[in-house]
Amino acid sequence: MHTAAGVEACLPIRSDMDLVWVRQHVRQAAARLGFGLVEQTKLVTAASELARNTLVHGGGGQMEARHVSSGATQGLRLAFSDEGPGIADLDQALSDGYTSGGGLGMGLSGARRLVHEFDIESTPGAGTTVRVTCWAAQPPRPREEV
Amino acid sequence: MSEAYSRPTTGHVPVLRLGDVLLVTLQGDLHDSTAQQLQQDLSETISRTGVRGVLIDISGVEIVDSFLGRVLAEIAAQSRLLAARTVVAGMRPAVAITLVELGLTLPGLSTALSTEAGMELLARQAPVTRPGGPRQESP
Repeated sequence: MHTAAGVEACLPIRSDMDLVWVRQHVRQAAARLGFGLVEQTKLVTAASELARNTLVHGGGGQMEARHVSSGATQGLRLAFSDEGPGIADLDQALSDGYTSGGGLGMGLSGARRLVHEFDIESTPGAGTTVRVTCWAAQPPRPREEV
Repeated sequence: MSEAYSRPTTGHVPVLRLGDVLLVTLQGDLHDSTAQQLQQDLSETISRTGVRGVLIDISGVEIVDSFLGRVLAEIAAQSRLLAARTVVAGMRPAVAITLVELGLTLPGLSTALSTEAGMELLARQAPVTRPGGPRQESP
């Protein structure tokens, strides 16, 4: 049984301390929704990359976590938003190896590979919102008795 | 899975000296600033003590993102310049899977499955003549 309690939240992203709380919240929420260990690790890593982008490139912002479901499948949707300078060239920002400073250029493109759904909206001068969704894998169906 | 928030690691990570090796155990969730502080502490300690190896145990680390991955790679690179080798030990399987998918294979990093195996790896590769040091003549 999975409930939304402890899953839905809106967390500020203002310092590297906040990155720690974002990671811990996402891990707990994913665990409550029945995500396996590898899925949890991927989602927390993606959240860490995106939250750091919000902090470093967006000048701070927030993460909103929502519980979503599709049939019996539980999912976690995370939205990272900032009111920073925005991204002028999204295709370039999403390509491997592109970096606007300091990192390895894997943040955005790498995070995209770690989640099931990825959506980015950015308006130069007004800010950026990245939404990602991960679904907990269904446990394999038990074999039917012959 | 524990429901309690793990205590974030802030400030300095302890660096232990075991003979010719510096041992660092990373645990829980590391602040960016703590990781950067460790990078600086390690280079200073290597330079001061002249140790030949650095072993970083990450078995207690739940995620390695591109930031921590870069710090680990930079620690290995700077240690090499200071005549010490770095081994990262105990990476969790889920972390390895995630790093590859993220696109970070960290080719310059030596790894071992456990601290023990890491110490063996460092011991095996220890007898290297130190550049600039006195030449060791075999009798």
